[in-house]
Amino acid sequence: MRARGVLLHVVLLLGVIVSIFPFYWMIVMATNSTSAIYQYPPKLTFGGELLTNLRHVFERINFFAAMGNTIVVATCVTLLVLFFDSLAAFTFAKFEFPGRRVLFGLLIGIFMLPAQLSLIPQFVIMVKLGWVGQLQALIVPAAANAFGIFWMRQYIASAVPNELLDAARLDGCHFFRMYWHVALPAIRPGLAFLGIYTFIMAWNDYVWPLIVLVDPDRLTLQVALSQLNRSYGQDYSMIMAGALLAVLPLVVMFVLFARNFIADAVKGAVRG
Amino acid sequence: MRMTLQRPPETVPARSRPSGRRRVLSHWPQYLAISPFFLIFAVFGLFPVLFSLYLAFHQWDGLGEMRYVGLQQFRFLLEDSTFWQSMGNTFIIWVISTVPMLFMALVIASLLNSTVRFTAFYRIAYFIPNVTSLVAMAIFFGAVFSTNFGLVNAVLHALGLPTGRWLTEPLGMKIAVASVMTWQWTGYNAIIYLAGLQTIPSELYEAAKVDGAGPVQIFFRITVPMLRPIILFTVVVSTVTGLQSFTEPQVLFGTNTTLNPNTGGPGQGALTMVLYFYHQAFDNRNFGYGAAIAWLVFVVIMLFVAINWRIVARRSS
Repeated sequence: MRARGVLLHVVLLLGVIVSIFPFYWMIVMATNSTSAIYQYPPKLTFGGELLTNLRHVFERINFFAAMGNTIVVATCVTLLVLFFDSLAAFTFAKFEFPGRRVLFGLLIGIFMLPAQLSLIPQFVIMVKLGWVGQLQALIVPAAANAFGIFWMRQYIASAVPNELLDAARLDGCHFFRMYWHVALPAIRPGLAFLGIYTFIMAWNDYVWPLIVLVDPDRLTLQVALSQLNRSYGQDYSMIMAGALLAVLPLVVMFVLFARNFIADAVKGAVRG
Repeated sequence: MRMTLQRPPETVPARSRPSGRRRVLSHWPQYLAISPFFLIFAVFGLFPVLFSLYLAFHQWDGLGEMRYVGLQQFRFLLEDSTFWQSMGNTFIIWVISTVPMLFMALVIASLLNSTVRFTAFYRIAYFIPNVTSLVAMAIFFGAVFSTNFGLVNAVLHALGLPTGRWLTEPLGMKIAVASVMTWQWTGYNAIIYLAGLQTIPSELYEAAKVDGAGPVQIFFRITVPMLRPIILFTVVVSTVTGLQSFTEPQVLFGTNTTLNPNTGGPGQGALTMVLYFYHQAFDNRNFGYGAAIAWLVFVVIMLFVAINWRIVARRSS
């Protein structure tokens, strides 16, 4: 029995190694020179070339501008989504009004539509608005989404007691005051999940920024990284240094919040 | 990461119920509260979807006059061998990524379910790939699969096995793309399965053991049938995401050059449907044709989801 238990953890650890290995190997590549990695046998340990590789990244793309843009976009999108989605979710979860069912059904339908159906017209709209190349082209369309409203509605339904709302109503509390003073304080953990989820999605978003950002000095990290790879594809160590810097902040954030985050992410799927 | 929803919760009845227009007007705060989403959706969701259907019957480069061409775009699409190749590529990539992915996820979940040690650590470690940037990982896998002393070939060489030209041969290219997808989604699916496994009552397993069932029998007779709704969920999610793969092949192979006429890499071996859509729409500015491709891809995905649904649902009966 004990031997079986050890074997089980050996197999699970093998899986963990496969999961984590790319990060280790990215660091190995980013801290060595390309020629040290691409020889046989390759160097398998960390080296001292990280700063040189990073300097080459900064010479070739405007990395800090791209990171700044990504932070601005992800932060704006997250704050707007948290506000608009939680407000709409609160309404759908706790209030009866004419058309509620139809409107919510519409929301479910939207969830199913694949993104590429709307990409061309969205681009045309951005051209008409003069937003091509501008960051608001990434922020405004993402400011509210069906997924967040679904998830939040489910969360609010159980996290905000009806009795509390009834009491607030008896005290003459208006709808928006109820949202602000009763609902919001009660749903902080839910907001934390949706916020982290949205931030990660916005940070990693690629297809739409690739289409709509045209100015090489105004890109997001993912698009800048992809261009770096396209133009200097053979200098693996330099590109890995850039990729590492783009991935690291998010991985650190995820590990810090992971425990609750994973539980919340799974919750929706399993009950569905 | 995708999730589904639950049945509608209970609601607080409205204060009063006057009839007709006054009833609607009395709910103005509720309508105002949900309006940002529906406004954004109308402008950037509903209108674009309808407009792309309209576009699919026209020829347009985004600048000049729009010209009505009837069903010509679709007729051309059905005869476009590059599109059919992209559909074949997409299908192969989807199979060689999804089948091992879901199988390994189920195995990992079963193992995780039979231990109580280090579970928090395992869950985080297995979930990390799912929140990692796809662009960075596609670049990473490109470096690892590189023909000249990439890590994969170095390991194969060390083991005395034949090395491969992963990024230039049709199957190797698909394996490279599928590896990124498998790496990113296996852990996610394992965690989802694990949550499902934890809802199966342990009495069921004990009763089966008492009846003399072996581990394999228990797995197929109890675990799989009890997990069926969740397996269906993961199959649908993998189908929808897998058939729309874009970033992986685009980062690995999608350079728009004369040597790479449809941006699908050598021999167009990694040209997926959505990558071809992107190329026609945004490299060639062929908006009408792009819209037609997008709609056909949508139909294909719906068809596949329906087929998967039937297969998984039938196994249950």
